[in-house]
Amino acid sequence: MSMRLTPEEQDMLDGKLGKSVQKSMEILTTLGEIFDAGCMVDVYSVQVAGVSYANLGEAGLEFLNEMAEDGNVKVLTTLNPAGMDRENWRALGIDEEFAKNQIRVIEAFAKMGVITTCSCTPYFIGNIPHFGQHIAWAESSAVCYANSVIGARTNREGGPSALASALTGRTPKYGYHLDENRYGQVSMKVNAQVRGTDEFGILGKTIGDKLIKLGKNIPLITGIPSATVEELKSFCASIATYGGTALFHMEDITPEFHRYPKPSGNVYEINQEELEKARFELVDDNLEVDFVSVGCPHASINEIEKIASLLKGKKVKREFWITTARPIKRIADEAGYSKIIEDAGAKFAADTCCVVAPIEGRFKGMIVDSAKACYYGRAKNKFKVRIGTLEECVMEATK
Amino acid sequence: MKLKGRKIYKGVAEGEAIVTKDGISFYGGVDPDTGKVVEVGHELEGQSIAGKILIFPTGKGSTVGSYTLYRMKKKNTAPAAIVNEQIDTIIAVGCIISEIPCVDKIDINEIKTGQKMVVNGSEGTVEVK
Repeated sequence: MSMRLTPEEQDMLDGKLGKSVQKSMEILTTLGEIFDAGCMVDVYSVQVAGVSYANLGEAGLEFLNEMAEDGNVKVLTTLNPAGMDRENWRALGIDEEFAKNQIRVIEAFAKMGVITTCSCTPYFIGNIPHFGQHIAWAESSAVCYANSVIGARTNREGGPSALASALTGRTPKYGYHLDENRYGQVSMKVNAQVRGTDEFGILGKTIGDKLIKLGKNIPLITGIPSATVEELKSFCASIATYGGTALFHMEDITPEFHRYPKPSGNVYEINQEELEKARFELVDDNLEVDFVSVGCPHASINEIEKIASLLKGKKVKREFWITTARPIKRIADEAGYSKIIEDAGAKFAADTCCVVAPIEGRFKGMIVDSAKACYYGRAKNKFKVRIGTLEECVMEATK
Repeated sequence: MKLKGRKIYKGVAEGEAIVTKDGISFYGGVDPDTGKVVEVGHELEGQSIAGKILIFPTGKGSTVGSYTLYRMKKKNTAPAAIVNEQIDTIIAVGCIISEIPCVDKIDINEIKTGQKMVVNGSEGTVEVK
């Protein structure tokens, strides 16, 4: 073994701190060996993915139960969305059997001391690292947000490796934890006006598709004068979905834009026409909308306020889900937004989302303001999809 | 013939080799109840990998594949050992949590389906008998 371990880490690997810690250390040291990490690094927090029972199945649950026998988290650890709203699942049409199993999954995580707020936006609910901090996060959109917008440092972890970091407080130091792997690799200049969560999602797809073609990972983006947190959240989800991107730099917006040497070579320009082409690709023919879903990634309190103001005094005529983290829903309750939204007939789906809920084939056509939701709506749930602005989504629901 | 590679997960397993040039996605590409490869068009489609020494270039697909390997181990449909040219994180993590001996950095062209072999995950070696 060429990785240097501290005496405590060696004890973990030798099983002196329990079975689940040993298993975790085996995972982390093996990954460290594969990727030539020199040592481990302490992590501030963890975000665990692999929560929906639909993805985990009985095997995944069995593994979690085994780890929960003697495993306890060492650092702040939050959870990705589950397959259902833990309180409101009946109203959302989730069957009893699935609900029972989903609750068993969440209980296994709770036993290990994981905070079981199920959300893909941990940075809205108190899992918020500062610039430069090392973390071990799964959930591709949150990884991209933490690396790029916050300037924290994480690789794209999977479910078991993130859990291993939670139970040990360590991650192998390679990849995005190191300065030299965070340099921009290709310059992209946006020559178009980009506004709203839908357009930032479309931009994410355009750049993501281009990165795949170029075989590059980290873009250095110019030409975006400003962006809201919600727009960046949508962009992160999209560029991670279409480009596998875990880190980007955006001039005057993200903190590491000027930190590293600039890439040499071509500057790729992105014009209005390309964005329109990408939008066109996110609108299916012969679409009959019977499902409206907003909150991919999970809606912020700002977005919920906006939905409430658009829905005030109206009635929705189609199934309309607003997916968000439960603490954000509670803020909306206190602010009175939830009552307006629910009086209009729209439904909150907290703890879950339209990507991981078991709703394959339940709807024909879905309108969303998220390019990521378009991808999974098609691939996983077999829906026809259309991307639109938040306002268009609400309008479609009420018309 | 003894080949030296890199240890990924410890343990020794003996069995019959099943070799493919295609990558394997355990999530969706293999039926954990039967141990058969079900990916349409895969070189091993319809063949069982249960109890075999499974030899392929590298893993692919969803990270949930690690859990599929774990499920196969519990159902006795898992391969006895895995040998890769280049390991990926899904297979590595899957072998660790399922305790399946695993070695990579092996030239898999040296091995033919049906050969009897021993994989020593603790030493990182593969021996064809």
